[in-house]
Amino acid sequence: MAKIQLQVNGSSITVEAEATLLSVLREQLELTGTKYGCGEGQCGACTVLIDGRARRSCQTPASAAVNKKITTIEGLAQGEHLHPLQEAFLAEGAMQCAYCTSGMIMSAASLLSSNANPSEAEIVRHMDGNICRCGTHPRIVAAIRRAANAAKESGR
Amino acid sequence: MSERYEFEMPLEPERYELTAPPAYHFELDRRDWFKFLGAGLLVVCVMKNVKAAQETGGAKKPAGEALPEEIGAWLHLGEDGIVTVYTGKVEMGQNIRTSLSQAVAEELHVAMGKIRMVMGDTQLTPFDRGTFGSLTTPTMNRQLRKVAAAARNLLVELAATQWKVERKDLVAADGRVSDAAGKRSVEYAALVKGQQLTQAVPADETLAPAAQWKVAGQPLPKVDGRDFVTGKHKYPSDQKLPEMLYGKIVRPSAFNATLVSVDTSEAEKMPGVTVVHDGNFIGVAAASSVLAARAAALIKAEWKAEPQPGQKEVFEYLKKNVTNAGEPVGLATHHDAGSVEPAMAAADHRLAQTYTVQYIAHTPLEPRAALAEWNGDHLTVWTGTQRPFGVRSELAAAFHMPEDHVRVLMPDTGSGYGGKHTGETAIEAARLARAAKKPVKVTWTREEEFTWAYFRPAGVIEVASGMLKDGTITAWEFHNYNSGASGFETPYDVANQRIAFHATKAPLRQGSYRGLAATANHFARETHMDELAHVVKMEPLEFRMKNLKDERLRAVYQAAAKKFGWGRAKSAAGQGFGVAGGYEKGGYVATCVEVAVDRGTGEVKIARVVTVFECGAIVNPDGLRNQIEGANIMALGGALFEAVEFENGRILNGLMSLYRVPRFRDIPPIESVMLERKDLPSMGAGETPLMGVAPAIGNAIFDATGVRLRGLPLIPNGLKIS
Repeated sequence: MAKIQLQVNGSSITVEAEATLLSVLREQLELTGTKYGCGEGQCGACTVLIDGRARRSCQTPASAAVNKKITTIEGLAQGEHLHPLQEAFLAEGAMQCAYCTSGMIMSAASLLSSNANPSEAEIVRHMDGNICRCGTHPRIVAAIRRAANAAKESGR
Repeated sequence: MSERYEFEMPLEPERYELTAPPAYHFELDRRDWFKFLGAGLLVVCVMKNVKAAQETGGAKKPAGEALPEEIGAWLHLGEDGIVTVYTGKVEMGQNIRTSLSQAVAEELHVAMGKIRMVMGDTQLTPFDRGTFGSLTTPTMNRQLRKVAAAARNLLVELAATQWKVERKDLVAADGRVSDAAGKRSVEYAALVKGQQLTQAVPADETLAPAAQWKVAGQPLPKVDGRDFVTGKHKYPSDQKLPEMLYGKIVRPSAFNATLVSVDTSEAEKMPGVTVVHDGNFIGVAAASSVLAARAAALIKAEWKAEPQPGQKEVFEYLKKNVTNAGEPVGLATHHDAGSVEPAMAAADHRLAQTYTVQYIAHTPLEPRAALAEWNGDHLTVWTGTQRPFGVRSELAAAFHMPEDHVRVLMPDTGSGYGGKHTGETAIEAARLARAAKKPVKVTWTREEEFTWAYFRPAGVIEVASGMLKDGTITAWEFHNYNSGASGFETPYDVANQRIAFHATKAPLRQGSYRGLAATANHFARETHMDELAHVVKMEPLEFRMKNLKDERLRAVYQAAAKKFGWGRAKSAAGQGFGVAGGYEKGGYVATCVEVAVDRGTGEVKIARVVTVFECGAIVNPDGLRNQIEGANIMALGGALFEAVEFENGRILNGLMSLYRVPRFRDIPPIESVMLERKDLPSMGAGETPLMGVAPAIGNAIFDATGVRLRGLPLIPNGLKIS
């Protein structure tokens, strides 16, 4: 099988090409924080950042991510310092089973990078492609608002 | 003041349980235990006189019949001061890993950080029937409090003996025993150092009352939350072993199909691929999921299936195919009081209506997954299930082996909602692993989950009632076909009642769903109550209260009305208000809903939901609020638009793009109010907060438009106003 080079969480890694980015991350790189939820880009559980933008890794051929910067949930924290969104999800208790959480945080990270202070309506619109079955949506919206405020206060 | 410890909690059987729990007899061998656990203190909770499973009212099991004596849980305090608690309950998002830890911390007087919960591992934890029925809090939480209290008392006794003082002069706090004068103090860890102490919980063990709780009762966050926001936690579908293969099953063309012919030769030519054809089972295992899918696609299988009923005729089918057979022992199927016919004849008003609910799918975000590994004739399976011990039985039966050769582990899983009681995936992975002679993981696709799991049953509910001119209900007849008996009784005071559940043949594989049939039965009853109020031109809440004596239910209704501002005048065209409530599994709920209906387009907007819930003393207020909010949101899906479409043995909308679940844009402002009764035992909260949502929405739509909706989902395609 053909091999390709991917840039994942700051490392350059050689993987087999014939697969979705999701299965490469989960099976070849053991980055299982990125989840399978539906396989058709409808639930957002597999969301990663590709060059800073939220992308559904189940709909992305691994070969399409070559020469791009891929960030997964495992690469979001700076060492022991959690990303403001990770802190905010904990502070708001914005999870139950938390299977959707990685995808929620990655989608939200994409939102905050393009809109540092989103309104509630903007959050709802942006996050609508991510499904939470436990029904923690109001807490997720609150967590994203909290992270935005925290970033504002810390002047980031 | 202390709370007497009792196990009077009735265990409600799950309606469609596939296997009976095996009788499990523990032989406790001290040496084996400490070899495994290390030195320290071991406290075991032996449950006595567990009441036989029963629902309230109606046919019951013979009085006095009890399950065998059974061990409920155990706790080990090690020389390092770490407290390890073993329970067969499992974590799938209810946050019981946290609330059970609080129970232990409360009674043992140790920091939360010292507690480790070992859950749902059939080799390490006591037998448990499963995590369902909102039972963890009323049963396991109390058992663990009792175990922890016994451990604390033993530690105090150890210190008293060591120091030759009276027990009453010592206090246990923060993981230490100290004398009241403050002169001497010793860590728990030091007290148990080098010891092998065992203790069964005394029958008269007493517990701190809720009013004195310090750790329980606090809104503590998820104990291992950091693992979840960093992607570190390994769910069942994330499990991996060296040399593990990925499995893929070749599915039949339709439900109940039989295999006519199969050609696996092309798949078998693929290097490194294992192909299994065993009876109706066809599957492959390969080094990656891509290869497994490719191999499975090369298999040519021909299936034959008989014609099967579809969604369009489902309600007629259920009514025509009553069997009244196959009921689990102990489940109430009838409730009768007074005499219905004379009361009906004497009533001033009579009303008969039929209500329906469609099949819906649990749609847990993590589909079923299992990793199986054989070691000689021993099998280990990691899988997402609410019944690890039930899955162990299924595996033992499938492979003709003793249960003690099978170990099932349940890593905290990506939700269940009553949908993960069974072990299909575990069996599939184990079958492939046996053939491949390597560990095999099977993860169902979303389409498989929508098709080959089981569904919440559809149902037809017929309600007939009679009442006096003043709105007093005098006769109540309620018949549920297929959906189930849970919550089918009425909390209202009606002298003459006939309530019955009728089993029928089912066109789809069906099973438990969060709240069981209580959602359907509350929808039918609370919609009918609204219709009756309309007949006598009474305000719907006032009508309910007129017919209601239960103080706890009255209290949640009153609190909901107050929070909602019930009774205020409408302020806009298309606005409507609805209310509904009830009790189930020891919890009391009332929900008020405001809708805004656009009469032109038929669009219905849920403008506001207020839900009040009371379940006794609250163990974790934030966890409870999370459950109430989540239950309300999950309920919106079944209330408004969720329905499984099927025809001739096939699911027609088995994809996330076709089956609509609530999304961010669907979520109204939800205000949840918790009424606390510290004087009452803590009950579960995972299910009952759903119950009021669907009928309150339907009643609000009627209030707004005069259109009465009697089927769930209410508005899959918007509202038609003629």
